[in-house]
Amino acid sequence: MFKLVWRNLMARKVRLVMSGLAIVLGVAFLSGVLVFSNGLSSTFDSIIKGSTPDATVRAKGLDSFDSGNGGTATATITPKVVADLAALPQVADAHGTIDGAGMNLLDSHGDLVGGTGAPTLAFNHTGGLNMAGEPMTVLKTGTWPGPNEIVLDSGAAKRAGYHVGDTVSLLPPTSTDQLTMRLAGTAEFNGGSTAGSTLLIFDTATAQKIFLGGRDVFTSASLTAADGVSQTALAAAAQKVLPADFEAVTGDKVVSQSKDAVGQFLDVISVFLLVFALIAVVVGAFIIVNTFTILVAQRTRELALLRALGATRRQVTRSVLAEALAMAIVASTIGIAIGWALARGLAAVFRAVGLDISSRVLVLDARSVAISYAVGIVVTMVAAYLPSRRAGRVAPVTAMRGDLARTAAPLRLRVLIGAVLFALGAGLVIAGFAGAPGSTAAWVGAAALIWVLTLASTSSVVGRPVLVLCRSLFARFFGTSGRLAGENALRDPRRTGATASALMIGLALVSTIGVLASSMNRTIDDIVDEQFTSDFLVQSSTFMPFSTAIGDEIASVPGVATVSRQQMVSGTLQGTGDTGSLMGIDDAFTSIFTLPMTAGTDRISGNEAIINTDVAKQRHWHVGSTFTVTFPAGHALHLTVAGISDPVQVTGSISVPLDLLAKTGLERQDNQLNVMMQPGADSATVLSDLKKVTDRAKIVEVFDKASFADQIRGQVNQLLYMIYGLLALAIVIAIIGIVNTLGLSVIERTREIGLLRAIGMSRARLRRMITLESVAIAVLGAVMGMALGLVIGVLLRQALADQLTSLGLPIGQLVMFLVIAVVVGVLAALLPAIRAARLNVLAAITTE
Amino acid sequence: MTLDATIPAPADGTLDAAARAVDLRKSYGSGDSEVRALDGVTVDFERGAFTAIMGPSGSGKSTLMHMLAALDTPSSGRVVVDGTEVGTLNDKALTALRRERIGFVFQAFNLIPTLTAKENILLPLDLAGSKVDKEWFDTVIAAVGLADRLGHRPAQMSGGQQQRVACARALASRPAIVFADEPTGNLDSTSGAEVLSFLRRTVDDFGQTVVMVTHDAVAASYCDRVVFLADGRIVDELHQPTRETILEHMTALQDAALAKAATATAGQAD
Repeated sequence: MFKLVWRNLMARKVRLVMSGLAIVLGVAFLSGVLVFSNGLSSTFDSIIKGSTPDATVRAKGLDSFDSGNGGTATATITPKVVADLAALPQVADAHGTIDGAGMNLLDSHGDLVGGTGAPTLAFNHTGGLNMAGEPMTVLKTGTWPGPNEIVLDSGAAKRAGYHVGDTVSLLPPTSTDQLTMRLAGTAEFNGGSTAGSTLLIFDTATAQKIFLGGRDVFTSASLTAADGVSQTALAAAAQKVLPADFEAVTGDKVVSQSKDAVGQFLDVISVFLLVFALIAVVVGAFIIVNTFTILVAQRTRELALLRALGATRRQVTRSVLAEALAMAIVASTIGIAIGWALARGLAAVFRAVGLDISSRVLVLDARSVAISYAVGIVVTMVAAYLPSRRAGRVAPVTAMRGDLARTAAPLRLRVLIGAVLFALGAGLVIAGFAGAPGSTAAWVGAAALIWVLTLASTSSVVGRPVLVLCRSLFARFFGTSGRLAGENALRDPRRTGATASALMIGLALVSTIGVLASSMNRTIDDIVDEQFTSDFLVQSSTFMPFSTAIGDEIASVPGVATVSRQQMVSGTLQGTGDTGSLMGIDDAFTSIFTLPMTAGTDRISGNEAIINTDVAKQRHWHVGSTFTVTFPAGHALHLTVAGISDPVQVTGSISVPLDLLAKTGLERQDNQLNVMMQPGADSATVLSDLKKVTDRAKIVEVFDKASFADQIRGQVNQLLYMIYGLLALAIVIAIIGIVNTLGLSVIERTREIGLLRAIGMSRARLRRMITLESVAIAVLGAVMGMALGLVIGVLLRQALADQLTSLGLPIGQLVMFLVIAVVVGVLAALLPAIRAARLNVLAAITTE
Repeated sequence: MTLDATIPAPADGTLDAAARAVDLRKSYGSGDSEVRALDGVTVDFERGAFTAIMGPSGSGKSTLMHMLAALDTPSSGRVVVDGTEVGTLNDKALTALRRERIGFVFQAFNLIPTLTAKENILLPLDLAGSKVDKEWFDTVIAAVGLADRLGHRPAQMSGGQQQRVACARALASRPAIVFADEPTGNLDSTSGAEVLSFLRRTVDDFGQTVVMVTHDAVAASYCDRVVFLADGRIVDELHQPTRETILEHMTALQDAALAKAATATAGQAD
């Protein structure tokens, strides 16, 4: 029996490759993503481990503090503390360290380096050792920095076009004046790569001058344990000599905290990519079901013969499954190999956006390989199961009969079940909107899943009107060959439906995303229209805080009447442990913006705060409620709710007076400046003057209403195109499905095609006939997918009405998808049509 | 060979028949559109004999063979193959019956194109998981004269050679009975003669039982006995036939059918 399976496989190599291709692509994507996310996390792991000492001394509360966007802590320790630490018997070595934030590197042309991707890390070189007893940073070229010198990581030096000895330009966090320093050398983290971050390494005195106003203090310290002293003992001993607002933390704890923080971000990337890999695999499964169904149908006579010769049902079923298994193993193996290459490609893409992953870590680990094989094989076997069962049910007597009339089971049952499932989905949606527990979007999502699967299995019935329309259109425009093409598409509705379903899934997703993106753009326009009441807005493109000196310069631009400053800081909400963001707003804020208050006042001072209704609802706070937010090194704000407003985009969920932020122990910086012109000033002149300031400052940009909306829309569209790009693979797999079905149909209809040719159909018209059939399948898939996607998208938008206040329909995109579907149909038909046209007429007619 | 012994025996069956049909009926459709393919056929097929089933198109000869070969289930009546009551068997037992006690030769050869001649011949044994009887295999191969063709694929062989491979396949498991469905229908007369001679020899030399459906008088003349079917009933029977006697009987049957049709038409015209 296995000999037969083997021979069958060998005899149908082309078919096998075609149907296997769907699995190859799905598995390639999956294994690529797995290898890539693995490489990503091992890159970060090795950096974290390589740059963490036995113990770290840091300001209390810094661990739960979101540094960077949330502000820069200013707590320090004196050299005496470092000396006390070094004097402890448990301590072999102690170094005072300075971690600077907000410093930016300019390249040799004066443009920002990095800035949009990974962070820029600035610190002093201490020669301290990591947990493994190795230096935390390794010099690659030149020397460690002296006074007024800098060491960059090799990648950044290369990107910025600097060589050792060059003068490097830097943009400090607290002023708009550029700094220049000599490049002393290049270095890397001990782990090897920098994961795309930019490293700025100074000597201690220079770092103190830049970041700490020249005071001889440190922001933290790194400790190396004496021989035989555990990390815990080291940290406990160190704690005794520390001031009250500082703590000593073991290296292990720092590593696990860093991993948690990085892990969340990495998980988002991995899950995001994995979702698309799984979509590709599922679409591939549809192709497998269809291919095996057709193969079994075509081999009915042979299978019946086996049954007549005494093969049991199980033997026949197993022989089909064995073929599927062999195909799955081969396809998965190829897929995994391609996936490895794909992982390198993904790494290159991420490198281009600034996340540097060394290709050394992109290895095929056992876990990725095992998961990829498991998914590839299980999906194929599950997909081949139904066709194999059908193969086992072939009646032996079929072998004796000349006709191979396929007994099509009535579609009525299918329609009935489909109707019930559609209704079930509708029920879920209604339940969701009627206030069933959980988010409404989740209910709609569950319904969407049911609908997609239902539509896929009832497409043979649901899609009929589309195919009938295709037939009459084809007949009108292309005559007989068009009519025949329409008839062929209608001849086996199951086959056409199943083939179209693969495309349908892809397009349903694309259309759903399209509706959401379009709604989001509409919503952005509305919000900007309604809430952007200042004349200009100054922001950094990455929402990083910037020096207050920029605001000072903006205020002095002629024609500017008011500059309202906002700073966002993050702290810990006492009692819950949650991280919360506070937006500091100044008095000018209320003269520019009118907050939609639901209770209390929008004029705040002292320890008063305005919260939005979401926070009020979540925390059960009302006007007069008090709460405390803590910051690193023991700083805290004790706040009283003075007003409650509806959520708005112009400020955060909790707003406090800007001057109150002085008590947080964080560097005073700005996140956003709202600019009002003097009455009668010329907006074009003012804008161009403002641009001069922001161009010099580099890290900020000035927006008016239109450009601000454009910028946000640009970000939405960037994400949209990325998702489209990832879904493209599912579409490609669906195209392979169409090629496969058409190819098999051509083989099956060899005799008929020969007859058509014999009675005078030209090659060109034959090709056109097959192309039109392909177009009918593609259009069917596209129409079903877009219709379902529109419904799901509109429902999801409704479920998310709080965030997406306006509904937008991407009509232009949908029309484009339909055009693409026709093109897809034409492309998919290329090979089968050529093959059919090349058939020898005489041989074709006499085919068994 | 006692010719009288082939007269239909009572249902309790004291006769040693390789296959037996008792009051076999098969109809398709229902009501007005009901078609009776078999209308009460009772017939025995003696062991070690070569029997032909003949009849015009639509007479039910193929349906009868499908029932006898346990490929199809009758509407009513009994089928006994090699002493086994077929009607009581489930699919698994039917499969085993076909595998172990029945051999098939088809009009369209029905060889697996991807397997060699030898592999095709051994396929039923392979499916059953049973061992090859080397001696028997060599005997069969020698008898069909395929010793030098064993490594060839069906596409590399002539129709006659393919059909001889199919015959060898039918014999490989030493079945109690071989059913041949128009085995010479797709062959030229020379190749057809080769195949028929081979079937004849398996009966004479190996004592094989062969039942063949055919409408070719020449093919039927190789048999020990011919059973004539018309309108789903056995209407005639011939022992030790020659080509001439077969043609005579067939002409008579056709005349009768024409006369009947004429009467029916006349009746309708009234």
